[in-house]
Parts: sequence; C-alpha cells; structure tokens
Amino acid sequence: MSQEQAWEVVIGLEVHCQLLTKTKIFSGASTTYGAEPNTQADAVTLGLPGVLPVLNGEALRMAVKFGLSVDAKIAERCVFARKHYFYPDLPKGYQISQYELPIVEHGHLDIELDGGVTKRIGITRAHLEEDAGKSLHEAFHGQTGIDLNRAGTPLIEIVSEPDIRSAAEAVAYLKKLHQLVVYLDVCDGNMQEGSFRCDANVSVRRGPNAPFGTRTETKNINSFRYVEKAIEYEIERQIDVIESGGKIVQETRLFNPDTGETRSMRSKENANDYRYFPDPDLLPVVVTKEDIEAIRKTMPELPEAMRDRFIVQYGLSKYDADVLTAERALADYYETVVKSSGADGKTCANWITTDLLGALNKIGKDISTSPISTDMLSGMLKRIVDKTISGKIAKEVFEAMLAGEGDADTIIKAKGLVQITDESAIIKAIEDVMAKNPAQLADYRSGKDKLFGFFVGQAMKATQGKANPDTLNRLLKEKLAG
Amino acid sequence: MHHLSIRELSDGLRSKKFSSKELTQHFLKRIDRLDPQLNSLVTVTAARALRQADAADARLAKGEAGALLGIPVIQKDIFCTLGVRTSCASQMLDRFIAPYDATIVQKLDAAGMVMLGKANMDEFAMGSSNETSWYGPVKNPWDVTRVPGGSSGGSVAAVAAALAPVATATDTGGSIRQPASLTNLTGIKPTYGRVSRFGMIAFASSLDQAGVVARSAEDAAVVLREMSGFDPRDSTSVEKPVDDYVAGLSQSIKGLKIGVPKEYFAEGLAPGARALVEAAIQKFKDLGAVIKEISLPNSPLSVPTYYVVAPAEASSNLARLDGVRYGHRAEGVKSLEDLYKKSRGEGFGAEVQRRIMVGTYVLSHGYYDAYYLKAQKVRRLICDDFKAAFKDVDVILGPTATDVAFKLGTNADDPVAMYLNDIYTIAANLAGIPAMSLPCGFVDGLPVGLQLMGNYFEEGRLLNVAHQYQLATDFHKQSPKEFA
Repeated sequence: MSQEQAWEVVIGLEVHCQLLTKTKIFSGASTTYGAEPNTQADAVTLGLPGVLPVLNGEALRMAVKFGLSVDAKIAERCVFARKHYFYPDLPKGYQISQYELPIVEHGHLDIELDGGVTKRIGITRAHLEEDAGKSLHEAFHGQTGIDLNRAGTPLIEIVSEPDIRSAAEAVAYLKKLHQLVVYLDVCDGNMQEGSFRCDANVSVRRGPNAPFGTRTETKNINSFRYVEKAIEYEIERQIDVIESGGKIVQETRLFNPDTGETRSMRSKENANDYRYFPDPDLLPVVVTKEDIEAIRKTMPELPEAMRDRFIVQYGLSKYDADVLTAERALADYYETVVKSSGADGKTCANWITTDLLGALNKIGKDISTSPISTDMLSGMLKRIVDKTISGKIAKEVFEAMLAGEGDADTIIKAKGLVQITDESAIIKAIEDVMAKNPAQLADYRSGKDKLFGFFVGQAMKATQGKANPDTLNRLLKEKLAG
Repeated sequence: MHHLSIRELSDGLRSKKFSSKELTQHFLKRIDRLDPQLNSLVTVTAARALRQADAADARLAKGEAGALLGIPVIQKDIFCTLGVRTSCASQMLDRFIAPYDATIVQKLDAAGMVMLGKANMDEFAMGSSNETSWYGPVKNPWDVTRVPGGSSGGSVAAVAAALAPVATATDTGGSIRQPASLTNLTGIKPTYGRVSRFGMIAFASSLDQAGVVARSAEDAAVVLREMSGFDPRDSTSVEKPVDDYVAGLSQSIKGLKIGVPKEYFAEGLAPGARALVEAAIQKFKDLGAVIKEISLPNSPLSVPTYYVVAPAEASSNLARLDGVRYGHRAEGVKSLEDLYKKSRGEGFGAEVQRRIMVGTYVLSHGYYDAYYLKAQKVRRLICDDFKAAFKDVDVILGPTATDVAFKLGTNADDPVAMYLNDIYTIAANLAGIPAMSLPCGFVDGLPVGLQLMGNYFEEGRLLNVAHQYQLATDFHKQSPKEFA
C-alpha cells in the first residue's frame, strides 16, 4: 500500500450554452425565456407531421464566433445528425445535433490557477444542437406537464478534453468559459435560467501515468458552487468505493443541491442507443474561408486583450484591470465612464471597483441593474474634474445618487455642495478659526507642525466641507506662517 | 365532361360552357356513385370544394385565366390540409386534423384548383399495392379484383375512374410510377428538390418527392409546373427557376438519344409487358429517336439498398408519432414506456411496424456501418451509373413494373415479393433523378406502363418525350369501361 501513488482526479466538462438568437435553431418561433408554457411552440417545435427544419444562420455564426475565440478549427463542412430517444419533452423522438462532423474542433482555453500559473485546457469540440422542452413534475398531481417553449432553442455543447485535475480547476475553466461566451455576446450566461449548464465527467486514478479510471457523468449542474460541490462529492465517493474494494460503474448521476450529493440516474447498460445518422432534412453546412473572415471581423475584444489594453491605456494595476474585465458589462461600463467623464483612468477605476461594486453588492444588484448609470457616474466625476466638488463631497453625492435623489448636478444644487474656490471666503474662514484657537496657533507657530491637520479640519468644518482642499491648504499655510 | 383534358376543361370554364361549381358537382356525384367500388378516397371535402369552386367562378368572372383556375383535384392524404383530416391512411392519424397547409396544397389552392377530397394510400406510403391502408385496400378500376399499385393507389384509382381530372401523389421508391403503370395513367416524379416537401408527411426524407398522376403528359405538365419551385421552408428544395413544362411539350424528338438499360429487361419482366415496352421502343425509332443499349451495372443493388435507407429514415421520421402530443393514444397505460409501446403498437399497421423494426436495426450501434453506411456507398455508385449514362443519352427508357396489376391479396404473406414490385423504379429515387410512367398498351385488357428517366431537372424533357409519344399513340386515351 505504501508504494501506491496518491490519487489523481481526471475531469472533463460538457457545457451546454444557449445561444442568444431571437428565434429557434430550426424555426421562426421566439426563444424569449419565461413566456406562458407552450406559447412559443410553433408547428416545427411541436414536431407536427410534415414539418421541416431550416437552419438559423445566426446560430451558425455564433458557433463559429465561439470557435474562433478558442482558437479552434472551424469545419468547412459540418453535418447535422439525429439523436434518437423517446421522451415527452423531445417532440420528434430525436434531437437534431451534430455527431461525426461538428462545426468546431480542437480549440483550447487558458485558465489561471492560484499563484498566477496558467494552464491550458483542450476543447475537443463544440457542436450545434437544439434544446429539448421541459417536463414539469410539480403542480400536476400524478401527471407530468410538458412545456415546449425551450424545445428548439439553439445550443452549443462545448466538450473539454479530460485535462482538468481538480474541482477548483473545473470552476476556473467554467468561469473563464462563461466570461468568454458572454463577452462574445453569444450567450446571456444566466445559469439560473439554464442558459449555461454543465455536465461533469469525473474519474480517479493512481497517479498521472496510470490508465484512466472508469468515469461517471454528473448531469445538469447549474451553478459554479454546485459544480465544485458535485465534483468534490464525486471524487470522494469514487475514492471511497475503490479503497473499500469496490468498482466504479460507468453511469449517469444527478447532483442534489440540497444534500450536496450525487445519485445514480442510469447505468451504461440502460443507456440509450441513440442511432445517430445524418439528418436527411438538412443539407451539410458549408462554411467558406470568406464566411469565417467575415465573422472574424465581427469578433469583439476578448477579456485578456481588453485587460492588457486597460493596463496600458488607462494606467491600471493588473488587479484593477482583472476586476474590471471580469464581466463584459462592467468593462463596458468602466470604459464609457472614463471616456465621457474626462477623469483619469485610475480615479474612475477606484470609484467603480470600490464604491460602486461595494454598493451594488450591498443592495444585491449587478452592473447591468445598477441604479447609478454611466451617465450619472461620469456626471459626478466631471464635477470633481472641474473642481465644483471635492472628492470628499463626491462621496456624499454618490450616496445620494444611490438613494435615487437624481444626478450629480441636481444633488449638488439641492444640497448646496458647490465647492468654495473664492479665496476671500476661505481666508475669512481661516481667520475665524485662528481667532478662535489662539493656543493651538501659538503651539503651531512654536514648531508643532502636526497641528496643521487640526487647522485644516477646523477650516473645512467652517466651510461645511466645501472649501477647495488645494486652495485651503495653500492659504492656511500662508496664514499660519503669520 | 369528366373525360376532358385539363386544357379542355379550362377552355370550357373560360368560355362559360360550364362553371367550376357545375364541374365540381359533377365530379362529387361521380365520387358518390362510383367510389364505393374503389375506396379511392378517405375523405371527401364536398363543402370545402364547393366554396373553392364558387371562389374560382368569381375569379373567372373577373376575367382571370389561370390554367388551373376552377379545375378539380384530389390530394393524396399524405399532404397536410388545414382543418381537414390528414391521416396518411393510418390509424395513428385517423383523427389528426392538420393545423396547416402543405406548400403544394397552398400553391394549388392559390392557382384556383378545387380540392374534392383526400386520396387513400398505403399506410405512411409503405406499400406497392395499397393494401396496407387502415381504411382498407383500393381497387383497380380496370379490374376491381386487382390492386391499383401503391402507395399512391387512391390517387391513380380516382383519376383512372375519372373521379377527378388529376391527383397529387408522392414517390419514395416508385409510388407514383408503379400505380400509374397499373392504371393506364401518366405519372411523374420530378427531381428530388424540385417540389417542396413541406407539409408532406415524411416516409424517407432523402427519397420522398411529390408529383402528379394524370391522364396525359400535357395534363401532368400543367399541374407539375404549378407545384414546382423553391420553398424556403424546405432546406432540400432547390433554388432554381422552373421550366415551362407546357411550352416545352411540342418540341420534336427527332435525333433524341434514348438509352435502354439491358439490366431492365432481364429475368423477372413478364413477356407481355416486355413485348409492349419493346413495341414502344420501335415507336420511338419511328418518331426519329436514336436507341442505344446502355448498362446501369449497379441497378440490381437498388432494391436491397433502398430497403436499408428507406426503413432507416422511416424509423426516425415516425418516432414523433408517440401518442403524446397528437395521434393515437392508447387507453389504460401504466407507465410512460407502456404509453409508447401500446400507442405505437396499436396505431401502426404490420408493414409500418416491420419497416420501423428494420430501420431501427440498421441504425443500431454496431450495425450502422455494415448496413446504413454501406447502403449509402452503394447509393453513390447507383448515382454514378446514371451520371455516366447521361453523358451518352438524353433519356433512359424501360419498363415501369414487372407485370400488369396483380390480384388483391397476392403478396400478402411475402413482403420481399412485394418489395420486388419496385425493382425498376427505386433507382431513380436513390439517384434523385426525375422519372415518369406512361401507358404503352394492354395485356388481356390490363394496362402496362413504360418508364422514362431523365437527368437532374430535366422533367421538362421527359414530359416532352411522353407528349410526343402520346401524340402518336392512343393508349392513354383508353379508360376502364365500368367507370365510363
């Protein structure tokens, strides 16, 4: 036993990613989430006799876009295949998918691990397919309700190589992939609504040179935290089984978020024979080099490129740039504010990463639902730049904007927060303070420099904090010097 | 009135000799009186027909002059018709009211045709005798103890008995041509992709093609011209302008090179039929055509190839008929699996079940390569045979069926013997080329057809060749005496 090597975990992930097309992959029915059941099921979605699928070109373009973003090979010719199984939420008795010739093959994604180490995860393939409908088991006593609104929604299934070695790596990969598809604007990334969901293939083996162990597939995990928990549970379970003399059975398992456990759904013996064959209703799809180049021109800037640019262009630290580019919406927010406010990049970054994200976190909102719009924030920053308000007063303005009291100018006016730059007014305040505090003045003049701060505070107080700090400092120094 | 050609009917309508309503009533009466002997229709849509006839008369009164305006037609019950039962002659869809129109139904409706009803057929178009219909067999008007052929048996029986001037049909392995041959009609299956398949209930998607059965090449040409054309709702339909098949009919066929494949005259062809096809070849020589013997070496492989590809696709296409959303749903089921098994077990007839099982088998893990993939390779060889042949000849001529119509029940216990009915017709489906059957004589009072096959999108040429033959012969003008 002592000779035995430590366990190595081998993980491969399959991610189903709903594409952001307006209509379904093979019909004109809408894909909007949350409609009344079966109101978005047209004749094609219902699989009525005689209907035929017609490929949505936008879905194809989105798949190509994804392929280009992971440096993959885009198939010149890809083929749709029928995958057969019977289930009430699968109207045709088969799912139109891709089997032997997928649109995307041989890509990769680099993930960052703790300590700044980069690891490359291979992407075996990504293929286009249609989503199934939903079976609703609750709300129907002893019956199952079928909602076919989701049926026919375009998906890309992104299959990784078994390159992942821990639950943490799996989460890092998923987050990176999630960030990427949202940046590409091919997926809304909403995991709660099932727009981005993951199946995890997990096995364990004795060290990196041993053959792969038998794997299990845990289906439909819909949050990063659950992925981590499901994988960790599965690793522990498999090691336990093997160490107590058992064998891992190749099977499909389901994760129960309430218990944090996985349980067997069906074994390999009961697996469906999907009887794949090329769909005769759809011709092979030919993607020319020109098509690919045209799509390449529509590619947005990707997260890493954007981060590097932010560092150079706006003088940000890598940390700030990472935070700001974590989400496409946040990066766009930042860049809009920098450009429209005229404030320097670092100042804008501080306001957004510290004040805004902190506040949003507190009120449970995200950047896309922020009560402070880019216009509002840059309106406030402009007033700092033109010295109407000080940075300190700006905090008050920011709080007021957050509380819904209007934009910066309205608040500044309503609260009388305009900064005092009139030197005579500031001098008057300084003279008052000096007159009221003769002892401190004497101490200062006898060498207690530290009391300078005391006078700044008092003078600020006397101007209700509205004195321009630079002017105040300069004038105070002159006056105190006597 | 019921023996007039479409052109004559159209002339009569425009010159007000009769109205579309009178014409429609005339055919409806014939259906009422004669169809009980034939069982060619599963649904008669009299009220809908009279509404369409009134609308056509209104358009005629305004001076509209479409070639099909006001002309009655029968639709094979494989085409979805909005608000009308579309059964595919299966218990599975016995109560299925289609909520939309097939593209060809829309097109013929828009042209002003009047749909009299929906034609009986083999269940899901699987059969060569029209004996697999849930609604019972169709009888051949030339001899009601015999089959009309299949699967478009209802379409041909109705037109042969002059219950309608023309009918739509579909052809997956010969389902237009073989029945046309057995009932003395002219039937054409165009190039795969020429006519939209949208709304046509799929049997074998890569082989299915809609067409028409009529009493002459001219009638077929005028209807096919209207049915054809690209349909954005069918990815396999071809974006290519439609030739004016009617305008092309009058071209001379002097110097036309006709290929006669030796494989089509081997063992299995009845002597009477062979003699008539050979006489037709002589007739074409007389008309100035050049006859050339050719070889289609892979044609003996077409039946086995077809009986892998077609059931494979059928098993998949019919998977949607699961009793969940529409169609037959079994009573008293205990589980989901039970629901599927019972609904499908009850809803499908024996031949359909046989083909679903064969198709499921050939697509199964471990058998796919040996059957389906192999069949697709042979299919390519069969295509290549035709491509090579059409380098040397303009059209290919041979028999359509091995013999005249057989007696009802003949092949009831022998599916393979039944499958061999399609031996001459299947290759055109596998290759996707246009092909047609036209009358070339009688053996003991029973009709025999000859088959013409053309290169891709040359249905116009086929119709032209057939029309020239029909100008010189009168076989197609004969009609069954009992249904005069």
